[in-house]
Amino acid sequence: MSLAGFLAQLLNGVQYGLLLFLIASGLTLIFGVMGIINLAHGSLFMVGAYVAFLVTRSVGSVWLALPVALLAGAAFGALLERGLFRHFYKRDHLDQVLLTFALILLFEEARSIFVGNDFYSVPVPTAFDFSVPITAGFSYSAYRFAVIGVCLALAVALFLWIERTRMGAIIRAAAEKPEMVDVIGIDARRVHMTVFAVGTALALTAGVLAAPLYSVYPGMGDGFLIISFVVVVIGGLGSISGAFWSALLIGLVDTLGKAYVPAVAGLAIYVLMAAVLLWRPTGLFGQRG
Amino acid sequence: MLPTPKGAFALAAGTAMLAMLPFMAQPYYVELATTALVAAMLALSLQLLVGCTGLVSLGHGAFYGLAAYTVYLVTPEDAGLSIMITLPLAVLTAGGAALLVGALSLRTRGFFFLMVTLAFGQMIFFIFHDTKLGGGTDGAYLARPALSFLGLELTYTRRQRPVYLYYVALVQLVAMYLFLAFLLRSLFGRVLEGIRVNEHRMRALGYDTYRYKLAAFVIAGALAGAAGHMWAMHRAFVNPEIVGWHRSAEALLMILLGGLQSLHGPILGALAFTGLGELPQLVGDAKPLARFFATIGLDDFGVRVQALAERKLLLEGLVILAVVLALPRGLASLRLPRFIRPAYGEPPARDEQVRP
Repeated sequence: MSLAGFLAQLLNGVQYGLLLFLIASGLTLIFGVMGIINLAHGSLFMVGAYVAFLVTRSVGSVWLALPVALLAGAAFGALLERGLFRHFYKRDHLDQVLLTFALILLFEEARSIFVGNDFYSVPVPTAFDFSVPITAGFSYSAYRFAVIGVCLALAVALFLWIERTRMGAIIRAAAEKPEMVDVIGIDARRVHMTVFAVGTALALTAGVLAAPLYSVYPGMGDGFLIISFVVVVIGGLGSISGAFWSALLIGLVDTLGKAYVPAVAGLAIYVLMAAVLLWRPTGLFGQRG
Repeated sequence: MLPTPKGAFALAAGTAMLAMLPFMAQPYYVELATTALVAAMLALSLQLLVGCTGLVSLGHGAFYGLAAYTVYLVTPEDAGLSIMITLPLAVLTAGGAALLVGALSLRTRGFFFLMVTLAFGQMIFFIFHDTKLGGGTDGAYLARPALSFLGLELTYTRRQRPVYLYYVALVQLVAMYLFLAFLLRSLFGRVLEGIRVNEHRMRALGYDTYRYKLAAFVIAGALAGAAGHMWAMHRAFVNPEIVGWHRSAEALLMILLGGLQSLHGPILGALAFTGLGELPQLVGDAKPLARFFATIGLDDFGVRVQALAERKLLLEGLVILAVVLALPRGLASLRLPRFIRPAYGEPPARDEQVRP
């Protein structure tokens, strides 16, 4: 295999990994702070992809879908938290699993009612519909570069928000010792709502970015959900930086595996996860079990 | 986990009703009921891990699928082997795989255990999905195991087949229930319950909890193998779908739907879950209902209800949502209205359920 081909696969892996990070960061935040295992997170990703499809169909540009997804996602996440999840923090994890599974079914049905069951492709925005020449004889899709850029920007924003702001500090504290946050008089409800809103907005954004790359189809959230859980677990539950590095790792392993050893590519990430967990039972960056 | 004397009576009555079903229903519904019974076997085997021991596994479907594939792999092209050969083989293969997977994954706990079992399940899935071992992604047909015991063979015609297979499944389900009930009454079962409630305490009492958990994992895997064997016998077809994590997740949902606190919960959950998908069809086909609605002037009632079948996920989603919101302890906690149910007093917490 040529060097140029390898470089292209490497970039694909990074792009896929960063997309996974957008989904996984929301999952890991929601788990870390509220202890909720949100199976419906993949469906939120799917909703994002369909938002991209609908916005593109009616307005003609996928870029407009980005702010729509961010805002609508945040509002929707806050609404879900207020209406449903809030009542489940004290319940057993398995009840939460049942609740979020029901949500998957409802999201799929809503998708089927409002958009239908067909596959749709979403055109790459015209401004990015070209290839960037890198060396002689090798060029790379500008849209994929744009996706890498947007994901990195969002990742940096998320890091700064978590590490440098007051709300971020509260979130880190709540992930570590939720009772303590209550005791010192912080309104935990507002924290929970914010975390849910941010997580949902990130998942929808990932869906928007993914739509031109993977097209949109029923059940598209499923595969991404499972892989995102793998990312979250390898990184360590609740750890944002863990999710970042393990998302890149999984993105690269999966993409390079599919390109060079397709026979075992499906297995690769699961073998990786099992190996990591048997070696470090709480993930690479995890603290607690 | 075990029923009260009154509950045992209700269970016996329920079993009798199930046993009479082939005399009352069309072959299509008998086959549907067999599907539900196989699901119940799988869910029941998983309950030993989830409800009894507190180990939430998301790889349980893999043992079930592996067993079904074992039947396919040992069966010659043209004629089925005796069930006396295929069943033990399927159970042993599933149990052996469970020993391997359990020995490794039981080193982790909680959510990580869930994910490691998922990983191992997916590995087994990809073995059948990505290789030509069992017909690849398309799956493969197989000759059904024959109902022969010690030289005696029970033959049936094509028309009788649904009924025969239904009883084969029912007998196995009842046997599995009785076996688990017996197991839970034993010291071994008590230790498992102790582990669920407080593993540290059990270890402090001197029990090697890892071994107990591993034994439970292997038994559950072997029983899932029996369910997978029955599936192969019922459908005479295997494909990678039966190995994948969806099957494991479904089994888990059935348990949650039915209730974690009892052995019959998973069976209720499996029947409800399987029936739920067919509910509009069932209601639409019901002649007495159609006649009733025709008399009050709603002639197209059946058609309208059947149109609901298109929106199957909506119905499933809403029912699961209703159960999780209104019945936190699952369908098994439903009681007939005893004129007035005692509305006061909290139900006992899970921890207090264990008898000394």
